[in-house]
Parts: sequence; C-alpha cells; structure tokens
Amino acid sequence: MIAESPILSNQSLLKPILWATLVALFALVPVFLESYQLSLLTLILVYSLLAMSVDLLAGFAGRTPLCHGALFGCGAYGVMYFVSTLRGDPLIGVVLALGLVLSVSLVFALLATRTSGVYFLLLTLALGMIVWGVCQRWTSVSGGENGLRGAIRPEWLLDPLRYYYFVLLCASLLSWTMYRVVSSPFGLTLKGIRESESRMKSLGYNTTLHLTLGFCLSGLVAGASGILYAFLNSFVSPTTVSLSQSVKGLLMAIIGGVGTLFGGVVGATLIILLENLVSSMTERWSMVLGAMFVLTMIFVPSGILGKLRTVLVDHSGNKKSAEG
Amino acid sequence: MKRRQLINAGSQVAGLLAIGSFDRVFAQSKQPIKIGLLTPLTGVVAAGGKEIAEGFNLYWDQVGKKVAGRDVQIFVEDDGSNPDIALQKARKLSEQTKVDFLVGDLLANTGLAVAEYAKTNGIPYFIPVIAADDLTQRTRIPNVIRVAGYSASQMAHPMADYAFKKLGYRKVVTISQDYTFGHEQCGGFAQVFTELGGTIVAQHWHPLNTQDFSPYLGQIMSAKPDAVFAMETGADASRLIQQWSSFGLKGSIPLIGAQNATDQSVIRTLGSEVEGIISCAHFAEGNPSQATKKFVADYEAAYKQLPSLYGFSHYVAAIWLAEAIGKIKGDIENRPQFLEGVRSVVLESSPLGRPVSLDTYGNPVYDVYIRKVMKRADGKFWNVPIETYPKVSQFWTYKPEEYLKQPPYSRTFQGIKKS
Repeated sequence: MIAESPILSNQSLLKPILWATLVALFALVPVFLESYQLSLLTLILVYSLLAMSVDLLAGFAGRTPLCHGALFGCGAYGVMYFVSTLRGDPLIGVVLALGLVLSVSLVFALLATRTSGVYFLLLTLALGMIVWGVCQRWTSVSGGENGLRGAIRPEWLLDPLRYYYFVLLCASLLSWTMYRVVSSPFGLTLKGIRESESRMKSLGYNTTLHLTLGFCLSGLVAGASGILYAFLNSFVSPTTVSLSQSVKGLLMAIIGGVGTLFGGVVGATLIILLENLVSSMTERWSMVLGAMFVLTMIFVPSGILGKLRTVLVDHSGNKKSAEG
Repeated sequence: MKRRQLINAGSQVAGLLAIGSFDRVFAQSKQPIKIGLLTPLTGVVAAGGKEIAEGFNLYWDQVGKKVAGRDVQIFVEDDGSNPDIALQKARKLSEQTKVDFLVGDLLANTGLAVAEYAKTNGIPYFIPVIAADDLTQRTRIPNVIRVAGYSASQMAHPMADYAFKKLGYRKVVTISQDYTFGHEQCGGFAQVFTELGGTIVAQHWHPLNTQDFSPYLGQIMSAKPDAVFAMETGADASRLIQQWSSFGLKGSIPLIGAQNATDQSVIRTLGSEVEGIISCAHFAEGNPSQATKKFVADYEAAYKQLPSLYGFSHYVAAIWLAEAIGKIKGDIENRPQFLEGVRSVVLESSPLGRPVSLDTYGNPVYDVYIRKVMKRADGKFWNVPIETYPKVSQFWTYKPEEYLKQPPYSRTFQGIKKS
C-alpha cells in the first residue's frame, strides 16, 4: 500500500503506464472483432490522433483551434490527389501531403498566433473555412462537392488487420512524441504561455516562436491522421475538411478532458461509437450525442480523463496525509 | 412426420442434383434475403431520405416481403447526409449484418463514397437517385448499377432538344446551384442546345442555399433571353420559383427546369406560381397510365402526399430488383448471376408507364417525358407528360465511345459549341 501511493501520485509515471496499457489494450482487442468492428476501431485511432492534436494546442498552449478539420483534410486531400489523380507512389504522397500540411499550418500559425482567446478561435475558424471553400470550388483538383476517390493503400497494407496495426503503430509513436513534447521544457513553456503570455515574454521567452512551433507540430499530427483516414476510406470530400470536422475533434478533446492529451482517445472512442452504433438504433441519435455533451459540461467540465485524474490524485494525496 | 422428412430429404437430394451443393439448397429454402437500405434520415436532406425509405418499403409491404419463395428483410441505416457516416454504415451492413446487396443514398458524395467501398468489396450496390454522371460513364464499377435511376445530364439532353425544336427558343440563360450535379445538368443542356444552333447567353452559378435571387433575376431581365433553364433542388428551387413569380418574370420569360426543380418535393410546398413550368424526366406522377395511377393512389393513401422522385425511384427499384431475384429463382448468393439478372431485366409494367432496360454501362434507357406542371382536379399541382422521347440513353444521340472522350461536365467545361 505504501509503495503504491507514490506511484499513483507521481504524475510522470502515471502517464507512461496509462499509455502502455492503452496501447496494449488496442493491440489485443482486434482478436475478438469482426471486420466491421475493426474498421470502427481503426477510425477511433485516427480520430484519437486528431483529438490529441487539438488538445496539444487547446490544453497546453491555451489556444483553442477550430481549423484542425481543415489540416486533417489537407493531409487527406494531399495524399489522395497525389496517389489517385496523379498516380504517384503512396509513400512519396505521404511525404508531400505532410509537406502541404506543414506549409498550411505555418501560414495559419503566423496569422493566428498573434491572437488568443475568442479571437484565436474565430481566426482559425475563418482560416479553416478558406480550406473548405477551396476544396469545394477548385473542382479540377479537389473534385468539388463529389470529392476524390480511389483505393490508394499500398499493397502491403491492404489487409484490414495489418492496416489496423499500422495505424496503431503510427498512433502510438505520434502520441508518445506528443507526450514527450508536452512534458519537455518546450511543453512547460507552452503551459507558461497558457497561464500568462505577457509574463513569459517578460521572462525573455520568444512566445510567438514557441506558439508557432507548437501549432505546426499539432497541425502535422492532424495532417497525419488525415492521411491515415484517406488510406482507410479511399475517399475524401468537402465534409472531411468542414467546420463540423474541426468541431468534432475539439469535442472529442473536451469530452476526454482538455489538457490530458490521452483524453482524446477516450473522447474519440465515445463519439465514434455513439455516432455509429446509436444511429442504427434511433433516428434521434444526434440528440443522444447532444445530451452527452450537455451532461459532460454540467457534471464533468474537466472531461472524463481530467475528472479521473483529479479523483486519483486526491485519493492518493489524502491517503498520504492520513498516513503521515 | 416421417413422410415429411422423406419429402424434405428427397427434395434436397433433387436440389443437390440440379444445382450441385447442399449449402445452396439450405440457403435457398431457409435464409431470408437481406437488403441494406442506406438513406439520410438526418441531416440536410432528411426529408427526401424519409421518402426513399417510404417508397422502397411500400413495394415490399405490398408483396408481403417475399420474393421467389424467400422472405425479405430490409435493414434501414441512416447515412446522416454525410459521406463518412454513409461509408461506415455500408461497412456495417455488408460486414456485420451481411446483407446481400445495398440500395440507396441521396447525395452524390454519399453515393460515391459507398460506390468506392462496393468497388473493393464486390457487394452489389444500386443507386436509384445518385445521379453523378461518371458512376456509369468514365469511372463505372461493374457491381454498381443505376437501377431505376438516371445520370444527371441524361434528362437535360432531350430538354434542350425540345426547347430548341418544339418551343422554338434560340437564346437561353441557365441558372443553377454551383455544384457538380448542377454543372452536369446544365452541361448536358448547353451542349445539345448549342450544337443545334442555339445560344447560351449567360450561365449563373449561385451557392447552395441562396436566400435572395434578385441579383440573378435582375441580370436575367436585362439579358432578355427566350427562356431560362433552371437547375435547382430543394429549398433553392422553391425560393427561385417564388421570387421568379413575385418579380413578375412569370408570364414574361418562360421558365424551363431540370426535373428536380418541379419535383413533388418542391411543388407540393408551392401554389399557382409553379403552374406551366416545363421539365424533362423519366417519370411523371400525372401520367394517365394505369400502373402510375395505381401507384400514386397507393402512395397517397399510405403517406398522404404525392410521390416525389425519391419515393418513385425507390419503389420502381424495388420492383426491378424483385423481378431480377425472381428471374434467378432467388439464388442471390451467386453474385455474378444476380448482377446479370438485374442487367437483363426489361421492366414492362411499372409506374414509369413505359418499358425500360439498362444499357451496357449500367444506366437505364428510358422513354423520357417532357412534363408540364398542371393543376389536378383537387387543386394540387403535379407533372403531366405532354411529349415522349423514346429510348433516351445517357449518351443521347452520341456514340458512347466518342462521348466518353470528352471531359466530364464541370463549371469550366459545359460542352458549348463554339460557333
């Protein structure tokens, strides 16, 4: 008992353990699943990445973005256009799509990082809408309303189970990287900016540079999830880059818990399952989804994982004081 | 009991001799046929989606959900008017519910997403209202068939022919929603009309959900065309027709439309402003043929409104599929045979009123009606056929190979002949 509580209270150890358990869980579950459920699980992983990338900005830098659907879509459209329309190699397609995402993120970051709060929210919303508008109107490249389609997955990934493990590998690596980043001095600087940008400035930090780098990293992860999404669905259309996609990513992060990073996985799991399973049972599934958001906001405003963390920390903290 | 068992065993052996496998005999006599219907019950086109389910179910209810001696089960899934959800639902129906084939979807992008899935998965997919030209043209997929559907530009071709030859129009303005479906219909119209010698004076593209048409109407008034071709769906169509009338254009410039502009889903919300608009379609709810009359009466009795394109197409699709399943004696598990059965159906008596069959590209060849919106005795408005173009395929009078060499219609390519 005595040995347990320091581990639980020790934040730096709790997260890797949680992370490893999650990965192990995701690695084991497919054994019991049919192909449809496997595709749902793959989708959950893809959206987890999107939600985590949103959380990186919203939870750690205190800048809530509404453009990540667009960055997600840039990745998806980029790889889709290169592989299916230009008949390029998928691997080069991935690299080029990431390049596209990075450059778009950079432009967005340079414009948006000078603002904060509601202004940041609205500016990123507007920037995201530009991408959506381009996808909608630039018919010769984006296919307009109809989107782009084509099986672009390379041969060695065609098997759904193998693709699932590939996505799991990518998701683990990327989430681990994000975790390392937020717990590094760089991540602490981001947190500092979240608390007070002016104070960080006066301490001599180049806050704009930090925010820009954070934005680009977050954008890259969102783009990577978009690429994985395009590989999964062989299809991309303007709904993929629309505002509702950005909102979805944000809601997943909020439900899971902003500032917890792995909360994104919880949020993505919940929302994807609700969207796909409840909608088979009732036409009013969007009401169920809405009710869930409202209830979360009222009862666990810090999100599911956020709440869990405070409960755990409180618990171990109390025990310690009782023992001491 | 013993005797029955003997008969049962005997018939199974006989079946085995005839077809060659116990499995199949078992499947045929026991398992129901499972149909997956994808339709938007939520989202922007939920109203049309509801009519899709109504039309499709109406037929199966009428025949007691049975065909070729097998029970039929219909699994309806909501595609949310969203391609991402549609795709996930198609996966579910095919991989988990294990349906024998998929039917439905309303918006082109949802249909295209599911078609791409059907391409890799091989499951037959039928699209009665997905009109994207290329699904049965440049990028056709063998197991995706437009049963009882139409390709977007198919009906616009004869409309242009009629406008030029019978109505005598020479200068036409097109106005359309700015998306692929509109580009394709206007393209079909513009190509045929200009090749006959007519002129497209101007083409107006407005965003989906335009509230105020006055800027476009102003430009139309000053252009003084012989007629205006309107390609509108849903609420945009209602608004355009209303504003057309309140701006006083009704009566001074003739309005002709794509079939969606005067579909029941639009005109049942409007009054006398719709009267007299001419459009072109493969069906007309005001068709005096017996089969159409019966269907319209049944539909009105069941759902208290006249059938729209959505209900109509899916009702006919259900007849079509039932006929195909009957043709192959219910052996739907044999996919190539089933698809061949669907392709070879010649639908003689359906509410369409005229025989219809598929071309080799999987798109129906119709006797197409030029329709006019008229007032019924009870004051409701409906489309009544005034002229028939026999055997209109998606390629109009062009040779398929040559037609397919030109690029698909888009905002920038409208097939307009340079004079």
